[in-house]
Amino acid sequence: MAPRESMLAAGTMESYFHELAAALDGLVAAGETYLASFSGEASDFVRMNHGRVRQPGSVVQRFLDLELIRGARHAAYRLSLTGRPDADRALLAATIARLRDTLPDLAEDPHLLYATDVRSSRDLRGAALPPAEAVIDTVLRAADGLDLVGIYAAGPVYRGFANSFGQRNWHEVTSFSLQWSLYHRADKAAKTTYSGFEWVDADFAARMTDARERLALLARPARSLEPGSYRAYLTPTAMEEIAGMLCWGGFSGRALATRQSCLFRLKDSSVALDPSVSFTEDTAGGTAPAFQDNGFSRPAAVPLIEGGKMAGSLVSPRTAREFNLNANGANASESPESLDMAPGMIAPADALAALDTGLYIGNLWYLNFSDRPACRITGMTRFASFWVEKGKVSAPVDVMRFDDSVFRLLGDRLIGLTSEREFVASSDTYRCRSVASMRLPGALVSEMAFTL
Amino acid sequence: MPDADLFSLPDLSSLPELSRIVRGTDFWSLRIVDEQSDTYCVRKNVALPPFACRDRGAMATVYADGGFGYAATDDTSPAGLAAALARAAAWARVTAKLALFDARSLPRPAPRGEYSSPALGVPMRSRKEWFELLMQESREAAIDPRIIDWEASVETRVATHRLVTSTGGDIVQRYRFLFPHLSVTAHADGDTQTRTLNGYRGVCQQGGEEILERFGFVGSGRRLAEQALEIVMAPNCPSGRMDVLLDADQMILQIHESIGHPLELDRILGDERNFAGTSFVTHDMFGTYRYGSELLNITFDPTRAEELASYGWDDDGTRAEKVHLIREGILERPLGGAISQARAGLPGTSNSRADNWNRPPIDRMANLNLEPGDATLAEMISGIERGVLMETNSSWSIDDSRNKFQFGCERGRLIENGKLGAVVKNPGYRGISAQFWRSLARVGNEDTVQVLGTPYCGKGEPSQVIRVGHASPACVFTNVDVFGGEA
Repeated sequence: MAPRESMLAAGTMESYFHELAAALDGLVAAGETYLASFSGEASDFVRMNHGRVRQPGSVVQRFLDLELIRGARHAAYRLSLTGRPDADRALLAATIARLRDTLPDLAEDPHLLYATDVRSSRDLRGAALPPAEAVIDTVLRAADGLDLVGIYAAGPVYRGFANSFGQRNWHEVTSFSLQWSLYHRADKAAKTTYSGFEWVDADFAARMTDARERLALLARPARSLEPGSYRAYLTPTAMEEIAGMLCWGGFSGRALATRQSCLFRLKDSSVALDPSVSFTEDTAGGTAPAFQDNGFSRPAAVPLIEGGKMAGSLVSPRTAREFNLNANGANASESPESLDMAPGMIAPADALAALDTGLYIGNLWYLNFSDRPACRITGMTRFASFWVEKGKVSAPVDVMRFDDSVFRLLGDRLIGLTSEREFVASSDTYRCRSVASMRLPGALVSEMAFTL
Repeated sequence: MPDADLFSLPDLSSLPELSRIVRGTDFWSLRIVDEQSDTYCVRKNVALPPFACRDRGAMATVYADGGFGYAATDDTSPAGLAAALARAAAWARVTAKLALFDARSLPRPAPRGEYSSPALGVPMRSRKEWFELLMQESREAAIDPRIIDWEASVETRVATHRLVTSTGGDIVQRYRFLFPHLSVTAHADGDTQTRTLNGYRGVCQQGGEEILERFGFVGSGRRLAEQALEIVMAPNCPSGRMDVLLDADQMILQIHESIGHPLELDRILGDERNFAGTSFVTHDMFGTYRYGSELLNITFDPTRAEELASYGWDDDGTRAEKVHLIREGILERPLGGAISQARAGLPGTSNSRADNWNRPPIDRMANLNLEPGDATLAEMISGIERGVLMETNSSWSIDDSRNKFQFGCERGRLIENGKLGAVVKNPGYRGISAQFWRSLARVGNEDTVQVLGTPYCGKGEPSQVIRVGHASPACVFTNVDVFGGEA
């Protein structure tokens, strides 16, 4: 089968991006500044169900977020490109003209801030991947006789930045993500992720073997728990959901300044987490770009929580202006893209023994705040979650709803964190394939409140 | 638009080598999407830079050798469309031997016609006038130092969707959407509470500026600020089993999560089990299962002109029509498009939809409505001995089978002995879908109906966030597990 690149115009995406930037250099007038953020991908997506192929396809897309600035007035425009140089140059010219016409109508923006020091960069990760159809053959052969459902997503993802000062940043990640669930029946399933830059058959096979073992455990009679508090171990995958809630405005400089963050009481020191809890925005250790949409570079690391206390926040340029803070490489969302949680002392192999008797939570699902200022969160257990007795898996559990505060779960109820962490690449494919990631340990808690 | 000529719909007859690319295929289609939007926002009396968007691309779908394939491209030139069709055909052929179903058994629609949103050509105010309106509402929200954050915004969006099929189908659908929004946040005594205009982007319809009047946008800045202050100073909602009166802007969430998603046929068929989840609803329930009380009537209605997800045809080309999914509490049919219907052998709806050109259609909700009853709001309140009126969804969570749910609202009011009482904050309730709808005791009349929705319904692998409309009256449910915030 012809590769997906057959849908791309000749030349690399990086050289095409530089052509766009050069065109923009020639389009802006004296006194004008442009900022341009590029987002593109050439992806294969193969959806599977019941061990067969449900929807295979490819997507090629290129978007440019263009901002034109004159003095303190500015306006923004996002456009899809075509990959055809002549057509895209004409698009850019029309867009700059429209933005230029817009500016005189606008009020001056007191919170405008953008990078003027030129900090160019280039970061390319990954290499050629096997054809997607070959991967799918391998996956479905390995799942022969099993009820497998999942998605394989692969290909290059591109991020770029350019401005009229000559700054150029390029971030290109060629990666794959296979997420699959093996179903026993109804909602009893084991979910597994295999993602990275190089597909290795043996690595996939090892994960499939592990998934089969968990599937076998799900065949045992399920146990229904009564609402109440239970000792619990949350795997790094379950912790991804908890951390994801903290990322929903929790570390935002603006949300903290306006007391809308779920962590504002931590910042006010009216509560504290366990001293073993530390979070860092670890750009150096993640897969997200080291630059943001206004052209600022990101520090290698931004401490957010240290020793259980608030240590910092993610501050976008706009928030920096509005609240007199220092910008530190955050985008407008002020959400972590490379969140790192410090490890603890529990060896992963000892996690079940440390749990002793309680709930092993493999995955959580559909979390939301039930009381945001109290950092109280509700959500469901999902996939392979088990009742453990005396350090051994006893039975799968029927899904349970928890409703508890992170201030308690990672506070006085935290027994410990695992000494080894998992690198969890984001599987988010809304609008585009995400390049965010987290590095997280598992967590053992003495009590977790379940309500339904 | 200065670039309008670049976005004129291409003449498919000019596609080079079209006949060679599609030779031997069973069916192909091209779906071209062109959307443009303008967003204006004033936050704390500061106008944010205007944000415009123009997004255009095409989705090629091919059935060949029993397989199915798609390819999406932002290059809508004849060469770009040809390359996408070739890639889609290649996917169909290379995966045919592994396909979940034989694509030769699928319907091959040939729809023809046009659809237009209401008030499509009626001019709207200028950018400057939008900013003036938003600034006015922003300024009027700043009524107290405890109001710590607030914003007023609007997004206007126009879209043209064209679907062309190898069977001679050719439909063009033109939309205009308006998404006005207001939110005000108050902080006092260590607590923070936010009040919005019917939820985050809950006000979302097709049409023009008449939508602002419909929802009382003018003047809502001050009203929401007063309510935010009232809420932040209020006691927590009490806990216990009691009746709840859910206003329309909470009912839409209840319908969406615990009726809409579990009835999606692709979930029932298992497609979503790795991500969005499965369903407690199974094939054998249709026609006999009592989903709710006899007062429960749920319709799939893509024909209500102003509702967000109205259209003439879905993205597979099935003609849109209103049908009952639940009638007098009995489950009649699922939410499934033509492909899912063929796979399941069940009747369905015209709801095969994609959120954009770069994602394939899957089963989505479109407009899912609860038909009004005959109770006035006053009658519903007077019939409650002990309960809570809950307004405007703020928190939503439900299990992957769409059964065990917990929802929270922005504002509550106690009801005691048939009378509305004090405001309470953090009102929430939890339950089980399969039981909850059977406790539906009163359904509000047309006067209590609001036509709302969300532009942000997420689902699918790869994931999609789509526009969904919901119209609902206020409703009473009995003996519900109610709770409030942290003590």
